[in-house]
Amino acid sequence: MSRQVRLGVFGLAGLGLAAVLLIGFGGLPAFGHAHELYGALVNRTEDKLRHATDVVTALNFDIRAFDTLGEEFILFASVTGVALLLRHLRDEEDEDEGEQTPGIEEHRFAGASEGQKLVSLILIPLIVALGAYVVLHGQLTPGGGFQGGVVLAAGPVAILLAGRYLSMKAVAPKRLAESADAVGAAAYALIGLGGLIFAGTYLQNPLPLGAPGHLLSGGMMPLNSAAVGLEVAGAFLVTWTEFLDQTLIGPPSGQAG
Amino acid sequence: MTVLQLVGLIAVLLAGTSVVFIGDPLRQTMVLGIYGIALTFLFFTFQAPDVALSEIVVTSIGLPLIILAALRKIHQHARRQETDGDE
Repeated sequence: MSRQVRLGVFGLAGLGLAAVLLIGFGGLPAFGHAHELYGALVNRTEDKLRHATDVVTALNFDIRAFDTLGEEFILFASVTGVALLLRHLRDEEDEDEGEQTPGIEEHRFAGASEGQKLVSLILIPLIVALGAYVVLHGQLTPGGGFQGGVVLAAGPVAILLAGRYLSMKAVAPKRLAESADAVGAAAYALIGLGGLIFAGTYLQNPLPLGAPGHLLSGGMMPLNSAAVGLEVAGAFLVTWTEFLDQTLIGPPSGQAG
Repeated sequence: MTVLQLVGLIAVLLAGTSVVFIGDPLRQTMVLGIYGIALTFLFFTFQAPDVALSEIVVTSIGLPLIILAALRKIHQHARRQETDGDE
């Protein structure tokens, strides 16, 4: 296809897109005037029905918990895909090989300065504490399983920043990260099943709601949040470990393809 | 629209455009981080702290780590091919 033909096709498609966008923008409400019925209803009734002070978490983990189930398995499937592809590329035979390698100096990320090591070491407990806080306080303040899960997964990564990739793999071995990913995903589905058994509908809340503003409030929201946090932390760790294995301790890429 | 929201929108506009027009992938990764922080600020000023929190964790650690690892792999690959060509 020549350049002119391509430009012509782009021009036609671009005009069509521009027209659709202009018509669409014309139909938007003015800035600051979007008042959807669904949002208004949830804002007005959520605290009485669900006892959570963060409406977004109440939506994610209770009112529309089924959507979160789908999202969780999207993440699970993508991470599984990444792991399958990269392990196939590396021609992996024994997946514990990296973890058994004792020599910490052997990997190729030893460029951390003393200051960077110190800051990383100080940051590790703070990151993990912040992650746990964000996961557990999802029903009270902004946050929840997803955000907290990524923060939790960043804890081991701080060990990498301190120049110790293989120590990171000792703290968060691949098998542990994989298990966290799988157990978190399964736990969420099972909590839903608990709703089916004890409350009559899949993912309906079977637990007491508690007092609004208390740590154990919102019924099953803290449980769901913890399940998602575990899954997300595992998922990100598996992905990062796969990518870093490729560059830091994998066999030469010329052989692996 | 408040002043902060306007500042956030302009920051996202500038940072997003910069990401597109930077040629070098390594610099692009860094500017992408700045773009993510601008987005985080924007979400925060538009009263979406949950989204802001997601954005900041993904943009500050989730994405850069993967991009940097991939860039390093590409460099290793290119260097190896160069040395293979010399032999």
